[in-house]
Amino acid sequence: MNLNQTRTPIHQALVNLKSKRIVPFDVPGHKRGKGNPELAAFLGESCLSVDVNSMKPLDNLCHPVSVIKEAEELAADAFKAAYAFLMVGGTTSSVQAMVLSACKPGEKIILPRNVHRSVINALVLSGAIPVYVNPQYNEELGLALGMSVSEIRKTIYENPDAKAILVNNPTYYGICSNLEEIISIAHANGLKVLADEAHGTHLYFHDDLPNAAIHLGADMAAVSMHKSGGSLTQSSLLLLGKNVDPGYVRQIINLTQSTSGSYLLLSSLDISRKNLALKGKEIFSKVINMTEYARNEINQIGGYYAYSKELINSSTIFDFDQTKLMVNTLGIGLTGHEVYDYLRDEYDIQIEFGDLANILAYISVGDRTLDLERLVGALAEIKRRHQRNKLPIPSFAGYMHPQIAMSPKEAFYSNKQTVKLEDSVGEISGEILMCYPPGIPIIAPGELISQEIIDSIIYEKSIGAQITGTQDMNTEYINIIKEDIK
Amino acid sequence: MRLHLWYTEEHTQNVRFSIKVKEHLYSKTSEFQKIDVFDSEEFGRFLTIDGLMMLTEKDEFIYHETIVHTPMAVHPNPKNILVIGAGDGGVVRELTRYEGVKRIDLVEIDQIVIEASKEFLPQTACKFDDPRVNIFIQDGLKYVRKKENEYDLIIVDSTDPIGPGEGLFTREFYGNCFKALKDDGIMVNQHESPFYKETTLAMQRAHKRIKESFPIAKVYQAHIPTYPSGYWLFGFASKKYDPITDLRTDEWAGFNLETKYYNLDLHKGSFALPNYVKELLATHE
Repeated sequence: MNLNQTRTPIHQALVNLKSKRIVPFDVPGHKRGKGNPELAAFLGESCLSVDVNSMKPLDNLCHPVSVIKEAEELAADAFKAAYAFLMVGGTTSSVQAMVLSACKPGEKIILPRNVHRSVINALVLSGAIPVYVNPQYNEELGLALGMSVSEIRKTIYENPDAKAILVNNPTYYGICSNLEEIISIAHANGLKVLADEAHGTHLYFHDDLPNAAIHLGADMAAVSMHKSGGSLTQSSLLLLGKNVDPGYVRQIINLTQSTSGSYLLLSSLDISRKNLALKGKEIFSKVINMTEYARNEINQIGGYYAYSKELINSSTIFDFDQTKLMVNTLGIGLTGHEVYDYLRDEYDIQIEFGDLANILAYISVGDRTLDLERLVGALAEIKRRHQRNKLPIPSFAGYMHPQIAMSPKEAFYSNKQTVKLEDSVGEISGEILMCYPPGIPIIAPGELISQEIIDSIIYEKSIGAQITGTQDMNTEYINIIKEDIK
Repeated sequence: MRLHLWYTEEHTQNVRFSIKVKEHLYSKTSEFQKIDVFDSEEFGRFLTIDGLMMLTEKDEFIYHETIVHTPMAVHPNPKNILVIGAGDGGVVRELTRYEGVKRIDLVEIDQIVIEASKEFLPQTACKFDDPRVNIFIQDGLKYVRKKENEYDLIIVDSTDPIGPGEGLFTREFYGNCFKALKDDGIMVNQHESPFYKETTLAMQRAHKRIKESFPIAKVYQAHIPTYPSGYWLFGFASKKYDPITDLRTDEWAGFNLETKYYNLDLHKGSFALPNYVKELLATHE
């Protein structure tokens, strides 16, 4: 890092503004909270006093020239990126900006099938054509994995016209692909590499963690500062490598970004970036140690399996983010859903998620060992009180390579009709259908529905997997593209 | 000019309790909390943690006799005893008076509390050297998680459920205590106060969670002048013994222990609760 990372220009500009006691005859109308006493009492007057609009001393997010510009330069420096954008529309907006910048309508983008919904939604916006790569999954743990290099080489060879490849670094479950190799293959073939690092902010600040995308030479990375970075919900960063034109990306961002970006979010990014730059290593050492401690204690209870880097296989699990406290629960005869519910309903412990076979407890800088003891103690109690015979490993329907009939955008804008799932063979899906675990879409908008797909949906439902995404909450009906349009 | 130095604790946002201080003897911030010892004319020396009263030399006997002798007069043969918290030594002092006790394991999360007590509160921290006492500096929740069918009695002498004491008011803790106790084991705990709303909710929650883990869960009371409202509750949770019908009157009297607060009539009476307390306990069940 070359810049003075103790600086927080946006934060400082807000402090200065406050001290000047300027009389506001501009928006927002709550006028530093005075016009909304109930909200001011709830969120705090100091919070509302800096909920202000863009003005000369505070710069403008759409066209930064002063304090926001400096904050973006500091962020780029802290993350060792060529450029950084402060984002206020969640990491969803960062992902959208990546896809829209890399692909024009009709151009191909290579993606792992287990992308986040926001990526598929970005395809609807951009009109790009997805080319999916089978992420593989670990049957024993019910886990979707990363993309293997050989699979990517094959996909690029088959799609020489593809413009970009998107990689999860890591997945929600903490799994990393061999990004270094993927970047080298992609660049050799003229593809841009986009990294979805919604779960990867911390990778930039600790050598023991998996590699960060930008450090390996990725072209763009969407980084959820509000997850492991400690900023406010909905704030995010978009990082660029050296071969991307920031001016063009700014234009893309401005298509959908608010023209009154929240200074609460912007200052939270500013302060969090400083904190990460100065103390990131120390913070994530602590997180790694806490997670490691909890993992060992949980594994000593017996029955539970808290896994980590031992899963690494040099291909589909190239690396594992050890800050993710993933625990397989089948050994105590309970599904992850059940353990999730017990923890919340009986022990007042809220974890990130539970699926058919696993739970994820999210550990961060805000945790204390004391709280981890509660989690471990509760897991021991759940085992003592609710243990059943070991559950069989659910065998999921195999990966089905999607048959793409039209772009997600075309499908989205087509007229649709609702039919019974069983009657949809040969039709084109108008919606996305996700299955947890392993968290891979079974079908996405614009894809052909086969008998095999319907069978697998019925099967997944029968084993208690969670199916989401369709308009019909019970997934008995599905939206298809109307006959005459097709 | 005379110096006027007062210790003030806010019992609620609108109620203050103050003691005139002769001398501020000790102050240290540990990894977990801020520990202070003061000396005063009225209450003698007193220990505070994070600005909250833990004990005074003048009234600590009430708390310690109540939390120790009540279960000890019910369990027929308490040999192995686990004490959680209680770094001031008061509970250990009372327990060591029983010859039948073979082992006292004290689990205190904060070494500094024990150090400060040893140096400044010899009235309570006087029996740590008893050969039956084993001290573990550890989180109580973690310690008890790894124990099974080991103790006859567990005494939970915790701070309030904000800060490091939080884990000791949880269902996972009570469940793990149940597991650590033998088939006829008893757990007693500091159970907060029913008077001010600040502590009432914690009291109700603790009772609800203990009831979820133990077949017998009773509440008893004592008068503790330096705690908020002066009125304090204790929990008596048990796998087998009822605190009244299984009270071993003759046996306990036979120990010939001299006590300043506790006696067998008071034992029975302490389980007779005022109506508003009964109602608070019932409404949260």
